[in-house]
Amino acid sequence: MEITEREPLLKVTGLVKHFPITQGLLRRQVGTVRAVDGIDFTVLPGETLGIVGESGCGKSTTVRLIVRLLEPTGGRIEFEGRDITHLSRGAMRPLRKDIQPIFQDPYSSLNPRHTVGTIVGAPFRLQKVETEHGVKDAVQELLELCGLSPEHYNRYPHEFSGGQRQRIGVARALALQPKMIVADEPVSALDVSIQAQVINLLDDLQKELGLTYVIVAHDLSVIRHVSDKVAVMYLGKVVEIGGRDSLYAGPMHPYTVALMSAIPVPDPRRRVKRERIVLTGEVPSPANPPPACRFHTRCWKAQKICRQLEPPLRELKPGHFVACHFPENLPASAEADSGAADRGPGARLREEGGGARGGWAPPHPGWCRTPRAGRDEGAALITRAGRSRHALCHRLVWN
Amino acid sequence: MRRKSHKRQPPVASVNSTETRSRPEPASFLDVRELRIHFDTDDGLLRAVDGVSFELEQGRTLGIVGESGSGKTVTSLGIMGLHRSRRARISGEIWLDGEELLSAAPERIRQLRGQKMAMVFQDPMSALHPFYTVGAQITEAYQAHHPKTDRRTARDRAVEMLNRVGIPRADQRVDDYPHQFSGGMRQRALIAMALINDPSLLIADEPTTALDVTVQAQILDLIRDLQQEFGSAVILITHDLGVVAELAHDILVMYAGKCVEKGPATKLFTAPEHPYTWGLLGSMPRVDRAPQERLLSIPGNPPSLIRLPQGCAFHPRCPFADRNGEKSFTEVPELTGASDPGHQVACHLPPEERRRIFAHDVAPRL
Repeated sequence: MEITEREPLLKVTGLVKHFPITQGLLRRQVGTVRAVDGIDFTVLPGETLGIVGESGCGKSTTVRLIVRLLEPTGGRIEFEGRDITHLSRGAMRPLRKDIQPIFQDPYSSLNPRHTVGTIVGAPFRLQKVETEHGVKDAVQELLELCGLSPEHYNRYPHEFSGGQRQRIGVARALALQPKMIVADEPVSALDVSIQAQVINLLDDLQKELGLTYVIVAHDLSVIRHVSDKVAVMYLGKVVEIGGRDSLYAGPMHPYTVALMSAIPVPDPRRRVKRERIVLTGEVPSPANPPPACRFHTRCWKAQKICRQLEPPLRELKPGHFVACHFPENLPASAEADSGAADRGPGARLREEGGGARGGWAPPHPGWCRTPRAGRDEGAALITRAGRSRHALCHRLVWN
Repeated sequence: MRRKSHKRQPPVASVNSTETRSRPEPASFLDVRELRIHFDTDDGLLRAVDGVSFELEQGRTLGIVGESGSGKTVTSLGIMGLHRSRRARISGEIWLDGEELLSAAPERIRQLRGQKMAMVFQDPMSALHPFYTVGAQITEAYQAHHPKTDRRTARDRAVEMLNRVGIPRADQRVDDYPHQFSGGMRQRALIAMALINDPSLLIADEPTTALDVTVQAQILDLIRDLQQEFGSAVILITHDLGVVAELAHDILVMYAGKCVEKGPATKLFTAPEHPYTWGLLGSMPRVDRAPQERLLSIPGNPPSLIRLPQGCAFHPRCPFADRNGEKSFTEVPELTGASDPGHQVACHLPPEERRRIFAHDVAPRL
């Protein structure tokens, strides 16, 4: 990670995948599910990109597009500088050596009628790779590398526990010494203690073999542990992407803030202190996503502009991109550079509260709401001089 | 059948003369004593639950934690009387509000189930019947215990309950089928169904495992609010220590069908004494601490419940098993009092040694 000027191993630009919704005998198209709707990211060699989001946000579709199990509707996927977006099956085949998947469910991703030897040895046969001492030796080495014993060669998947099956999946993915491993929820089906074993295994393998990972998970704690860079997805869009530490210390998109405040923390003493932002409602359907900012239906700070104008993904901290009109935890410098003015007065009003807090803490639910005054009531806003009283007047008129 | 051996009075100070054993009428609302649930299988006797005891008061939440196969769900199904008596061998005592359940007639259990004790299952898709509307299933639960009510009242009650658990437009959604509900809403509907008869004991078996974090937070808040409102006793079964920390007052850690540690939630998270609990805590990546280099995982796999290891069932995975001679390999540790009142641990390590290991080797790595 010491060299900064590196060519990205994987570069995704404007990636789109729409699934048609068909109806009737003639399979007439009546709509589209916008599973992935224009996402960009890059992954450097040796780096781990974690993708988080709720179910239905397009995480798994993204993974399937990267390994080309699905045909992208639009956009571009580059692997080592080469455009692989629309390569044919045949042209893709030699590349599959370099990009290997690990699947979520260790029960359905292993053929129950094949022995472990056949499963882990399959990549060698399919890619016609010659091994020095034969396939069996190579497979047994892989099994050992993944914490299984070489005697497991002739056993069947049903003889193994969930964690061991996932290790078999990892061994299969490693067989051809890939450059990149794409893992879709690699640990979510496993018990906590086994989860830790598999996470440690993935860590060790990365150090040993210099692998690049793209890991998808819904568990934010797991993603924080494994990733260097984290992308947060919501309804087919990347709403925030940045370095792990920057993103977890100061999440800027309200959705990320809400997600993080929802993580259960194994410390009962925190239960009393913590104020949680509980998002109301459910994720809208990707077949009919809300216009402009897709999060505005559930966002507690949504304004008129959020319903009219889609916020672009902008770099508000070095390497930390956010797509929001009214980001949280904005650093003081970015406030000046990016010009709070162009984002409307709402942003400045918020920073008034944000500046006082050091690091990230879940804000109080009432905090940063528009001050309310009922009929025949008065409301007072006390601020530091010259900061946002003017802005408040604007907001009162705006809303 | 289940009733045969339990017509007896509680044994007279035979095995261990602890307080709970000697008094027939329990003081607690729910009192489970030496519960054993064994199954006959072709491979031998499977000891799913092997001598678990705990007490629970109304208005309190007990969290039962452990890996899959540790006997959490079997325990809860045992309390609900949902094991088939022909397959399961159940012994021990379960006292619910002064009534012994294992020796009660099946008819009586059926009356209590749904009325006094209710359960929320893990997978909301398979727990709801796809063929009937959500409303029909909830009203059925109500009418089963209120046979004299007419359909109208029952339906109104269902709508009221759906409203209470936070389903928008409940008066319309009540006629929807389960597939028209999202995962979180199905779980809410299940909670509504469980609570429609105001049960005083609610068992929630992994209520949030299938849900997203934001929905999980909603459901946990809902369970907490409802508990405060109805004052019911809640048993929360989960493998996620984070979820337990959000809700539970007391925690019981199960391993291989036995309780290895139990105590108040604050103690269990700040000063756990069993190596298995250390492992569980260490296995979780945490967002409230600086990122660790490596997780403190538990090596190996949970044992088979048919062929349990000799001695302490955890010894093959315990890094400290050899610290006290042969004891861990030959003797099953008893659940004994730890440093604080109400905190019990089943471990052969001497208490001072346990505290020292936790403070020096484990706590810094959590």
